[in-house]
Amino acid sequence: MGRFLLRRLGFLLVTMLFTSLLIFLITQALPGDVARILLGREASQHALQQLRVQLGLDRPLPLQYLHWLGDFVKGDWGTSFSTGQSVRALVLQRLGNSLQLAGVTLVIAVPTAVALGVIAALYEESWIDTLISLASLSVVGLPEFITGLVLIQVFSFSLGWLPANSSIAPGASFFQALPYLVLPALTATLVLLAYVARLTRASMLVELRRPYVRTAILKGVRWRRVVVAHVLRNALLPTITIVAISFGWLISGLIVVENVFNYPGLGRLLTFAIARRDIPLLQAVALVAVLGFALANLVADILYAAFNPRITLR
Amino acid sequence: MSGGVPLLAFESVSVAYRRGRRWSRAVRGFDLRIGAGVTYGLVGESGSGKSTLALALLQVLPPNGRVVDGRILFRGEDLSGWSRDRLRNEFYRQVAMVPQDPLPSLNPAHRIGRQIEEVLDPRGMPTGPASEVRRRALGMLEAVGMADPERVARAYPHQLSGGMQQRVLIAMALAGEPALLVLDEPTTNLDVTTEATILDLVRGLVADRDTAVLYVSHSLGVVAELCDRVAVLYAGELVEDAPTADLYRQPRHPYTQGLFDSVPRLGTTRRAVALRPIPGRIPLPQDLPPGCVFEPRCPIAVDACSRARPELEPAGEGWARCIRWRDIVDGSADPHQPAPPARTPAGGGDVPVALDVSGLRKRFPLRRSLLEVLRGAPQRAVRAVEDVSLTVRQGRTLGLVGESGSGKSTTARAILGLDPPSAGTVTLAGQVVAATLAGRSPEAIRRLQMVFQSADEALNPYRTVGAALRRPFRRLAGLSREEAEVRVARLLEDVQLTPAYAARRPAELSGGEKQRVAVARAFAAEPEVLVFDESVSGLDVSVQAAILNLVGDLQEERGTGYLFISHDLAVVSFLADYVTVVYLGHVMEAGPAGRVLSPPYHPYTEALLSAIPLLDPGAERSHIRLEGEVPSPVDVPSGCPFHTRCPRFLGEVCVSEEPPWRQTEEGHGVYCHIPLDELRATQAPAFRFAAAEGPAGGRGDDVADAAPAGAGDQGDGDG
Repeated sequence: MGRFLLRRLGFLLVTMLFTSLLIFLITQALPGDVARILLGREASQHALQQLRVQLGLDRPLPLQYLHWLGDFVKGDWGTSFSTGQSVRALVLQRLGNSLQLAGVTLVIAVPTAVALGVIAALYEESWIDTLISLASLSVVGLPEFITGLVLIQVFSFSLGWLPANSSIAPGASFFQALPYLVLPALTATLVLLAYVARLTRASMLVELRRPYVRTAILKGVRWRRVVVAHVLRNALLPTITIVAISFGWLISGLIVVENVFNYPGLGRLLTFAIARRDIPLLQAVALVAVLGFALANLVADILYAAFNPRITLR
Repeated sequence: MSGGVPLLAFESVSVAYRRGRRWSRAVRGFDLRIGAGVTYGLVGESGSGKSTLALALLQVLPPNGRVVDGRILFRGEDLSGWSRDRLRNEFYRQVAMVPQDPLPSLNPAHRIGRQIEEVLDPRGMPTGPASEVRRRALGMLEAVGMADPERVARAYPHQLSGGMQQRVLIAMALAGEPALLVLDEPTTNLDVTTEATILDLVRGLVADRDTAVLYVSHSLGVVAELCDRVAVLYAGELVEDAPTADLYRQPRHPYTQGLFDSVPRLGTTRRAVALRPIPGRIPLPQDLPPGCVFEPRCPIAVDACSRARPELEPAGEGWARCIRWRDIVDGSADPHQPAPPARTPAGGGDVPVALDVSGLRKRFPLRRSLLEVLRGAPQRAVRAVEDVSLTVRQGRTLGLVGESGSGKSTTARAILGLDPPSAGTVTLAGQVVAATLAGRSPEAIRRLQMVFQSADEALNPYRTVGAALRRPFRRLAGLSREEAEVRVARLLEDVQLTPAYAARRPAELSGGEKQRVAVARAFAAEPEVLVFDESVSGLDVSVQAAILNLVGDLQEERGTGYLFISHDLAVVSFLADYVTVVYLGHVMEAGPAGRVLSPPYHPYTEALLSAIPLLDPGAERSHIRLEGEVPSPVDVPSGCPFHTRCPRFLGEVCVSEEPPWRQTEEGHGVYCHIPLDELRATQAPAFRFAAAEGPAGGRGDDVADAAPAGAGDQGDGDG
């Protein structure tokens, strides 16, 4: 286990180095001159040149990259072009919000999806199974901005239960923020639900047909216990992997959902940075997103091994 | 047995499976009664419906199967319509099952201890280390012969060997003290030595507890060892049912007779007695003949047989579903399949050597961690083959036998160059060939071919039979496409298929047909030596018999030398002229088949032979059982590698010194510290060789008589 972690963290480091280079090159290739963006169209050649020297933009690219990376590792993520705030403070604060949203989404999505998958599998090819398949598939087919708007219409405007705008104030506690999290989390849940439910259904069906289920029945174990302690215990393995990986997506990939609900997460920060050509902010958000994905994958592997005695991590 | 109501009764039970929208009956009108404490054998080949019946009895048919007709009664009560709860409370407490595949039948995510405790406490309450339930679970593990129950209880299923997994399932099945135990081919995938210990175990445990047993098997030998009565199933119908001794003495159905004649027996060789395979194949449930199901393959069928399905008639102390069973008993009908054409016995004298392998060694090095390398830890390796030498002569067969893990398949792959040997030489027709396949000339490759264990996996499912067979002609013989096609057609006829098979793909072939194609493919290159690696192991006996005859005939015609690898000593003794016995990569005994298979034996050979189930219910024989498992090939025991399990272990000398190779003038060698005379003095023959018959191959009766005759002599032996 120790060796496995060490090796995988090594891989992670290499991945991060490689993607940081990629992110740096892509942001370099973006059209537009940083100095011109900062100073505006009216700026004089002299002022532009001075700023470029000040920002180090006149140095050769490899040097610029190493400088940027070095600063990033030291914790100096730069200053946002557009707001003048510290990029690190901004990103970390938004990351906290995103983690909250991702957590609430998983808490809603995973039990629901697993329950639906288990029920569909136990009543394979019955009307319940068909209903669950149809419902979850039709929901997943709808884009998030539609499902999000429908939810807003129903729960905010018609019923008035939940706020339509989720722009929580910085520094709000989790319980203060919770009412604002429900609708975006539900919207994200609808995206995940069909996928996780169908995966659970499929692996339940595979496990239900395995001979150890027959062994358990013949032992005189109650059916409910056969399903939970024997079948589900094994059927959840692929689901665990997928859920862990989707956590990475929930942290930084909820661009549409966050925009629909005006939720201050990483996804919206990313669109903001792109719109403003805020390159230091863009780079930081991208790197944090990649790190999130990589860590989610690592956690997925560790969880899979933890729940599967046939796998030993070496 | 209490007043007339049997423990279990099948009353004209039919079971159907749904495929698409159609239901087809896999079992039709099955009747059977099992009284308390009786061991009943249910025998049939694949497709006979025997496992279906076991599942139907236990009410665990797959979702697409159901009992469509008849009743299954437990203690006189019809089980159909019982709720899940009622089955659990009243039925599953009294029945248990040991399945064919132990590993998938155990939950991979639960420890063994927990899985056994669940039988005793199905609610799965947490148990403390000192609890009654835990104590009883450990007691069960001990009862099935586990040396270290605590360790086994803590293990996960995949950490145990196949034999240990099967013991765990037996422990589980018996933990609830069932009145009826269903065993569904529990030893089919195990070594003979393991099979023998498991059968002993079942026999002992069942006798202690007065448990009734339904033993489902394809093997007549295993059933003969264990059962009081036997029911024979063919294509979903009960064809014969009789007390075991009666059935083996006088089969009353031609199918039963056909099964007996298909099985090679210890002591019959193909030079003396030909197997009589059953022609044709078992009909599918959706494609049954109008009359008797066996009529299309029956040697004594008359017109009436194809008109109506025969009823099950009382015959002797049993039942038979054949309108001519009386003719069979009084001798006016001969239920044996026609004997294949006679063969000339192999002449004696020196035949030229085709393949010589000397000092073969194959080690797979284990990876060391960086720390171990820095610490200077020695390089360890899996010593799959340590020192194997063998000689295959032209037109002769060398049988290579041993348990799994003995290095048989690695030896084959090393000789072929698929996994190049670590040491040793391979000499083919007088020339040393390169170790690797890539280093060998096309000519050397052509001369040495192989038939793999699983024809299914060796044939590309997307290529036609013709394409697969053309390739060696084109590549190794350099023929044009047209020439190759002519040769393919001829080759298909040689393996008793028609040229039309060239257009088929593997999925359209039966198991036996696939193995014929695999044999044809190997022969296409016209090799001088052919290696068979467990090539008939997975086949039904009637199919296996046909392949063994075919392989024997092809050798007579072409003079090809065979290296025939098998764990099945009866098959090897039938086919082989010479036998080499290997254990942990070392040759234990080698020589002419007749010498190796009669005393003096190497103690390992003796144990292997003693473990084989004989086709004779009454046989008295020595019960030598090997303790424990084959040791890990990473830590091969010092001195004699067999000393950790040897029933004739001498002491220090076996541990510290490598045994000498003791050889007689006849070329029979034994790798043992015990002198040959001493071995001979204490060993009885495991069986007697059937007397060589005339060139006509003899009448069938001689075949049936051979084993009991041999068995009668076993008590006194000739030592």
